[in-house]
Amino acid sequence: MQPVATTFFFYLLSGLAVLGGILVITRKNPVHSALALILTLLSLAGLYLMLYAPFVAGVQIILYAGGIMVLFLFVIMLVNLERSAKEEQFNKQWIAGTAAALALGVLFILVYTGGKALFPEHLAQLPEQSNTQEVAILLYGNYMFAFEIASLLLLVAIIGAVVMAKKRI
Amino acid sequence: MTGNISQFFTGIDYLLSLPIILLTLFALGILLIDLMIPTEWKWTNAVTAFVGIAFSAAGVLKIQYALDQAHLSGQQAFMGSMVVDHFAIYFWYLFLAGAAISILVSVRYLEIEHEHHGEFYSLLLFSVVGMMVMASGFDVVLIFIGLELMAISTYVLVGFLRTDRRSNEAALKYLLLGAFSSGIFAYGLSLFYGLTGSTNLSAIQQRLSREIALNGGKIGPVAILALLTVSTGLLFKIAAIPFHQWLPDAYEGAPTSVTGFMSVAVKAAAWAMLLRILLWGLYPLRTVYVPLVVFVSIATMTGANLAALTQNNLKRLLAYSSIAHVGYMLLGLVALASVEYPDAAFFDGFKGILMYLLVYTFMNLGAFAVITSLRQRDVIGDEIDDIAGLFSRAPTEAVLMLIFLLSLAGIPPLAGFYGKYFIFLSLIESGHYVLASLGVLYALFGLYYYMRIANAMFMREAMDGTRLPISVGMRVALGVTALATVFIGVFPEQFIRAVNWSLNISQTSAIASLMR
Repeated sequence: MQPVATTFFFYLLSGLAVLGGILVITRKNPVHSALALILTLLSLAGLYLMLYAPFVAGVQIILYAGGIMVLFLFVIMLVNLERSAKEEQFNKQWIAGTAAALALGVLFILVYTGGKALFPEHLAQLPEQSNTQEVAILLYGNYMFAFEIASLLLLVAIIGAVVMAKKRI
Repeated sequence: MTGNISQFFTGIDYLLSLPIILLTLFALGILLIDLMIPTEWKWTNAVTAFVGIAFSAAGVLKIQYALDQAHLSGQQAFMGSMVVDHFAIYFWYLFLAGAAISILVSVRYLEIEHEHHGEFYSLLLFSVVGMMVMASGFDVVLIFIGLELMAISTYVLVGFLRTDRRSNEAALKYLLLGAFSSGIFAYGLSLFYGLTGSTNLSAIQQRLSREIALNGGKIGPVAILALLTVSTGLLFKIAAIPFHQWLPDAYEGAPTSVTGFMSVAVKAAAWAMLLRILLWGLYPLRTVYVPLVVFVSIATMTGANLAALTQNNLKRLLAYSSIAHVGYMLLGLVALASVEYPDAAFFDGFKGILMYLLVYTFMNLGAFAVITSLRQRDVIGDEIDDIAGLFSRAPTEAVLMLIFLLSLAGIPPLAGFYGKYFIFLSLIESGHYVLASLGVLYALFGLYYYMRIANAMFMREAMDGTRLPISVGMRVALGVTALATVFIGVFPEQFIRAVNWSLNISQTSAIASLMR
């Protein structure tokens, strides 16, 4: 299967992700920020699809864009929206912020120019058809026991949350 | 590609995970039964938990018997992600014993605190499940999930006194620092996965040593970064200085019976994980991490012994003493770098650590049990002033406490001596005389602050002269721990043999003959 317009879609989805990220921190209304975050998460899911990782893309949409965003919205609904809409969006640390951003940018450029040997020269061959199956086989094969213990971990987290938060148990 | 479930979950998998499954079932059972019983019958939850531990121990015994029958020293399960060998079985017994004694101590304490809920016992058992997974895990993913299962249960147990501000604060601090250290640990593990392409410890070891051999004995910078992050995470979990800050606060704020549990079982689990990862997975990197261990060990002994001198809170004092003990135990790893695999010194250090953890379980739980019994209806009872004059209030208890304290200090006829003995022996055998004398010096130093407690118990007047009521569970717990402390000290051969067995070494080594 020959990829179609890969470069175009990569830049489109990356651009959308960055745009969403900027919107998250600039919107005054937290609900708008949350919606912008969904945009970012969805475009990331698209990027995963382009990497032939449909399982990760699906998980990204169901868990992050679905479950975790609903949780965010719940919390947003509980806090006072009017007050946060009036508050300053940015603090006054311009100098420190610029310095940190510059330092990070320089670091990126240095890594990119100096560390070219670290990056692979050609694209890795990815299994196109069986990606999800591979995940499943690992999950129910090698990592079966870890998977089961992880379910206990979630149960303990729920019990813990109830014990700590409930007034009378 | 297609396979059916019987390939992935065989009878061997079932047998080897049986103790874990049983314990999980009992933990779930407690949660359900707890809903149905009235407040004054809550102690039955403790009985259920106890039965669960007994069943789990029977499961371990069954595995041990099956391994002996097959003349195996260990068996893989779940496609190599879990290995039940003598080492794991040894630690499993240790965790179960620690949990059982902690349950005995907890019942009355929780009643006094008005926080007697079934969730406590359930979480305690879940925490043991996590520990068992940590000790037998041979895949870093499994080990990490076991660690988190143990840690999250323990965070909640630390904050179990929900109306007590100290307990809440301790739980929050422990949670934040624990999550932070887990993050660093997971980062290092992911780097090792990137380096070796596997999460299995034996695959990591093989590929690391092949990589190092290909590079002519040089260890790459990424491997060193990965080692540093992983060992930071591990040292955080065993609370060695400079990664110890969470421990005194968590120990002080936690319910006292939980403090005892944390100081033995949780610590033993962290040690099992550390030994598994450093000695199995990262063995090829030992020339890098041993100098690190030496530095951390000296820092730990120095810092903890100095800090313990000025403590007036009993729980904080024992917290710093437990940090100091970690410092001694770390010395057991030092001999690794200078001697080769079958050498006696190689095993003595290792043996010392296992022996130390065994005797530490009993003597430290005993000491915490005595402190737990000081908690009365209107007395918090964790300051040195509260233990003053204990001899006149509860003479037996005071004498037992003295035994535990002397054992902690490492006085010869008691159990605590043998842990230190093997560790110092391995240092001397591998030629680290300076470190050995430093360790002995600090051990003497420790005697001072243990004797401060003894001084308060025997020489000072009691704040209130009433007799101290001691519950039945507490009596049993004190009896068992004191008996074990004295018995291991007087007849150590049996236990040294058990430690040898857990390391698959024969009794004919030089030390065993020296003991007779």
